Amino acid sequence: MKYSLLNLVRNAFSYHENWQEAWTNPELKKEYDIIIVGGGGHGLGTAYYLAKQFGLKNIAVLEKGWIGGGNTGRNTTIIRSNYLWDESAALYNHAVNLWEGLSSELNYNVMFSQRGLFHLAHTVHDMQEITRRGYSNHLNGIDAEILNKEDVLKKIPFINGDGRYPIMGALLQRRGGTARHDAVAWGYARAAENLGVDIIQNCEVTGINITKGIVTGLETTRGSVKAKKVGLVPAGHSSVLANMAGFQLPINSVPLQALVSEPIKPVLDCVIMSNAVHVYVSQSDKGELVVGAGSDAYNSYSQRGSFDMIEHIMGPLVELFPIFSRLKMLRQWGGIVDVTPDRSPIIGKTPIENLFINCGWGTGGFKATPGSAHVFAETVATGEPSKIAVPFSIDRHYSGALVDEAAAAAVAH
Amino acid sequence: MFVIKCPYCGERDQTEFSCHGESHIARPENPNEVGDVEWGKYLFFRSNPKGMHYERWTHDHGCRRWFNVQRHTVTDKIMQTYKMGQPKPKGIND
Repeated sequence: MKYSLLNLVRNAFSYHENWQEAWTNPELKKEYDIIIVGGGGHGLGTAYYLAKQFGLKNIAVLEKGWIGGGNTGRNTTIIRSNYLWDESAALYNHAVNLWEGLSSELNYNVMFSQRGLFHLAHTVHDMQEITRRGYSNHLNGIDAEILNKEDVLKKIPFINGDGRYPIMGALLQRRGGTARHDAVAWGYARAAENLGVDIIQNCEVTGINITKGIVTGLETTRGSVKAKKVGLVPAGHSSVLANMAGFQLPINSVPLQALVSEPIKPVLDCVIMSNAVHVYVSQSDKGELVVGAGSDAYNSYSQRGSFDMIEHIMGPLVELFPIFSRLKMLRQWGGIVDVTPDRSPIIGKTPIENLFINCGWGTGGFKATPGSAHVFAETVATGEPSKIAVPFSIDRHYSGALVDEAAAAAVAH
Repeated sequence: MFVIKCPYCGERDQTEFSCHGESHIARPENPNEVGDVEWGKYLFFRSNPKGMHYERWTHDHGCRRWFNVQRHTVTDKIMQTYKMGQPKPKGIND
């Protein structure tokens, strides 16, 4: 049933009790043409574009937990594309272009809000970094405004411009903003199932069957399943899955945490990021401040971060926004992020034939969801990496052609 | 956050230390004869296990010496710490 004003009125007569389920829980079949492992935004989106754009049938998405229960539901929902390098700019801007039409494309309100994103600069070095990146963005057709201190204080009146971290300027991307992360997973799931994709929840992959270097199927907690092609789209378990297929990845998995405050009246109408002091904050439509902390600097699959990281972010946050100092933080959580040496993702082929991988999104995969899903769908459908995905192959770690956003954008992604 | 037993200083808070990735990765012995794939593997590819991890830490805000830690990456429980140069221990809850 299409979500529309007409159907909303129609269902009001039956007290909204007869809406169909957004997606169902089908049984796992014995065989699929394509299986996507991982039911987050990237995986569900991949299945959606495979069905929509490439007209493929007989596709399943396997999710070990529930839809939107992994990193898709654990991030701080920030969207931007103002990356330094051409390769990243192409990838992330492809995503922003898709974000702009996503709600109508999926017939699902993902609450994409282009409220503008400020990268603060506190030092001369920060100013040089945002200026360089801003010019690079201009060359790549990405909107970027380099603001001075007066501009920033005018737009964010209550920010502390002369504290311990003085504001010298900011890089503003007006097309950046936030979206509702759960809705992205739900919207893709619903739209994919409408196109015939089986979404299998509570189905963990326990083994990858390979014959003569070609993938033939998967072992799961719901039994064996055959597949002609498999796409791995894990968030924080790519090394675990790669290990099942007998190869290693250039990835370390680390905890990343975030927290939200009690809801308050609208106070912050944009997204604030500061690479130098590692603050990023926005206000959700419910009124909570959504605050991202840093990742822990050791490998862990524990899904909880360390306390010192919370202190590490709350200090600078309160320094920049003294009015937040009396807010209570309501919830805190951690997710596991797969970090590559250059902080750029891995999209493409694996050493196993017909086994493809889309992983290593590190601390900033949410913003790329539609773009990542779109280029990975093309990669899986055609068997060759799409043009945008080519620079992000595993092979760059052998050739040395890294897309080094780690050095370019420092910490915050 | 956890407590780490530095082999030189004893038990201290984790915030005194920093982690520097997987231990026991040997640099290729014949650099001139080794190709791009081997160098790539040496530099970037890691086991990243969900389970026992052998890793290098330094006691930055203490003795500033390097040592090895065997830690479980799901529970964060540290099984043991041992000095640099000691062989990778075998058979402890691997």
